[in-house]
Amino acid sequence: MISYPRWKIALVAVVVLIGILFAVPNLFGEQSALQFAKDGASLDQGDRVAIEKLLADKGVVPTGAFLEQGRLTLRFASTEEQLKARDIVAEARHDQYTIALSKASRVPEWMRNFGLNPLKLGLDLRGGVYLVYEVDVQGAIKQQLDHDEQDFRASLRNARVAYQDVVVDYPHNRVQVLFRDADGFAKGKAAIVADNRNMSFTDVTVDGAPALQLALTADEIKKREDDAVQQNIVILRNRLNSPELAVSEPQVARQGVDQIAIQLPGLQNSAEVKKILGKTATLEFRMVDENDNALEAAATGHVPLGTKLYYTRDKRPVLLKREVVVTGDELTDATFQPNSQDGPAVSVGLDSRGAAKMLKNTQENIGHLMAVVFIDRSREKNAAGVDVDRTTENVINQATIRGVFSNNFSITGINPEEGRELALLLRAGGLAAPLTPIEERAIGPTLGEKNIAQGVDAMVFGMLAAFLFMGIYYKVFGLIADLVLIANVVLLTALLSIVGAALTLPGIAAVVLTVGMAVDANILIYERIREELRNGVSPRAAITAGFERAFSAIADSNVTALIAGLVLWLFGTGAVRGFAVVLVLGIATSMFTSLMGSRALVQLIYGGRRKLDGLSI
Amino acid sequence: MEFFHKVTRFPFMNTRKVWYGLSAVLIVGSLVLVGVRGLNLGIDFTGGVVVETNFPQAPNLDQLRTALGKAGVADAQLQVFGSSRDIRVRLPPDPNVKGDQIGARILSVFTTVDPGVKVQSTSVVGPQVGQELFVKGAWALVATLILIAIYVLLRFTFKLALGAILAVLHDPICVIGFFAVSQMTFDLTAISAILAVIGYSLNDTVIVFDRVRERARTARKLSIAQVIDESINQTLSRTLMTKLVTLLVVVALLIFGGETLHGFSAALVIGIIAGTYSSIYISAALALDFGLRNDDLLERKLTKPEEVDGLP
Repeated sequence: MISYPRWKIALVAVVVLIGILFAVPNLFGEQSALQFAKDGASLDQGDRVAIEKLLADKGVVPTGAFLEQGRLTLRFASTEEQLKARDIVAEARHDQYTIALSKASRVPEWMRNFGLNPLKLGLDLRGGVYLVYEVDVQGAIKQQLDHDEQDFRASLRNARVAYQDVVVDYPHNRVQVLFRDADGFAKGKAAIVADNRNMSFTDVTVDGAPALQLALTADEIKKREDDAVQQNIVILRNRLNSPELAVSEPQVARQGVDQIAIQLPGLQNSAEVKKILGKTATLEFRMVDENDNALEAAATGHVPLGTKLYYTRDKRPVLLKREVVVTGDELTDATFQPNSQDGPAVSVGLDSRGAAKMLKNTQENIGHLMAVVFIDRSREKNAAGVDVDRTTENVINQATIRGVFSNNFSITGINPEEGRELALLLRAGGLAAPLTPIEERAIGPTLGEKNIAQGVDAMVFGMLAAFLFMGIYYKVFGLIADLVLIANVVLLTALLSIVGAALTLPGIAAVVLTVGMAVDANILIYERIREELRNGVSPRAAITAGFERAFSAIADSNVTALIAGLVLWLFGTGAVRGFAVVLVLGIATSMFTSLMGSRALVQLIYGGRRKLDGLSI
Repeated sequence: MEFFHKVTRFPFMNTRKVWYGLSAVLIVGSLVLVGVRGLNLGIDFTGGVVVETNFPQAPNLDQLRTALGKAGVADAQLQVFGSSRDIRVRLPPDPNVKGDQIGARILSVFTTVDPGVKVQSTSVVGPQVGQELFVKGAWALVATLILIAIYVLLRFTFKLALGAILAVLHDPICVIGFFAVSQMTFDLTAISAILAVIGYSLNDTVIVFDRVRERARTARKLSIAQVIDESINQTLSRTLMTKLVTLLVVVALLIFGGETLHGFSAALVIGIIAGTYSSIYISAALALDFGLRNDDLLERKLTKPEEVDGLP
């Protein structure tokens, strides 16, 4: 008898069973589906019943439905049904839900509840849009300087210090505060230094008057750049997850130092999404300067000190105070209200800082006009191909402060489309730095299906060829190898489903390659057994020696493939990483199945025999 | 069934000059070809626009070209891929181009030729991305080679490691040479295939070396050249069988995997053949010429460190 510990056989059996369990959800396939979401709220069973009834009345019956993360997914038997259902719901409940076309697995709900999910498919298999944005970190520094400028003005105002102006010097990453006299300089410097510690200070003289020059330190610049990328990722994620955009399962990840990669599975037309992603719309609340004549300022170009000239939508000039009451950064919530008393409105909430400022401002300025400035920054290429930041600042609303308010109020004076977009952008937050698209790939759903079909064909025929060859060449041992190969593919599928890594077309290629390499390990063992047999060793001893001696060779040879796989994993992005993930996991499963799985099978077939004359190898 | 019933006795070491010559021809040939013909780099590396379209029936390429020219789409390259109904349009990098627009534009131009045409995919890659990906790919290659060299060095002796690395270098050069000859698109997936080939090709070399070391310890009377010859012959059946099965699978990938995987599978096929050749004929032979001796492979005796005098 050949000895092989029972527990090892049991381990192999348990691992393979678990593998089958986790691989099973992949057998159900996918169906066309619709995903419903609601503005600023989660969907519940009530919505589900309502939508299902709506569809049933028109004779459309979904084949499955489930709620996940506040979104409702309905599956349909065909794409036609899916599109019909979308039109029905869109027509009846247009304002209520946003609807995204997607694909959903046929996995039953109970299985899903156990955490058994099918593998995710990459964009090349599923269709969708892949976008890479470059974050303009220089732009982030600019924004920081603008912010600092506002802070300095506030510090000086609070300390009641007279000053000439605060000027931002972008190329040198610094801000100059110009004073009128030495006394103001001393007081002003004390006030600013007390409030802003992380800048370097230099005393200078500009046009004979004392001035304070504040520069960003190198550390501060680096930190600001990192923050900008991270913050942009969070904001893009917020924007993509907002129900106003009908996108299912968006993925946003940092790539390299200053890039952000976005995957939008199933998305066909990226224009709408890209419009929202690159936008930096925000709001500012400023008091209106009622003492000076705006028309005159616009005509002469002479803007009174401490004010700034703006225009309303209908091109009327307005003079606003330079001090900002509250900025969009201090908003905590924004909801679009299509049918408020005064037309479309966005009701906003302020954080405690903003609320305190608004409270103070409204208390002091009852009866005066306050303006809402809508700032829309977008980045475009000009005719020469150079990035140009286009900033539009419009006064969208001026209203007399009638009472004291702080953290909750509404903004009116916008059209419905703007309101919807503004609410989305305000809620998601402003981008910390402008974004430039540098890469875009769109894969149509038919190409995705074709890719899957071809990938599966290659896998089936490749494996079939390997199976036949092994069976013929190594007989019983070859069949053992075939079983082991199947186990390998099952385990690999299970592992990929558990890890949640997306399967790409190169990933399928890696599965095929893994099969080839797993065969390698088996052949290594069998050739060693044959060699031992040729040297006149008994079959039992040959089996033991074959497995033992082949072990180091198998381990060694897999390490080198593993190194290549890990490097690819590290360096690769997108589809290449998909290849690397499968390759690395495949090496792990093939080591396990070839060394332990095939040994266990050999044990089960030959181990129990008292007399062993020969091996079918 | 068994192809190699008896252990073969090919005199690999005596004939090694011939194989060096062949390898030299392959390497120099590949490099010259890359220099002369250049590689057909994909947009991953050059930046640019690729729009893949599908027609209901095979279109006339000249007709499409004229249509594009009339519409003011300059410098468009048209290429048939997969079936004759699939047309790929490639444009040089253009900062003004936006993915969703160029796809629609090409579609509208092609619709005038055949209204049934569909856009299957669009890719727009900025030129700076292309450069970045190229540098990344090159680094990945270098990093893999260095890490593998370190591993082989730890596992075997210096001379064997050097032989293995030089032999492995030979494989990606052949693959790149093949891309220069065939003018297949060389893109990121081709680089991943090359990396996989490097990892996989070393696999055979390691197995041969493993056997060389084992034999060197047991058959002390044989010369090192004889040990190497025997080892290669003994592992030959295994080396060829494994590569044969892997090739079967990869050829299936080449035939059935579709256009997207064409370059990838071709790189694998060439790489596996080159890798098998180099691990049989080149790697151990090089180690021999680097002066490998039996003694190098014997288990190192643990020597006690000499005691240091004069410590306080």
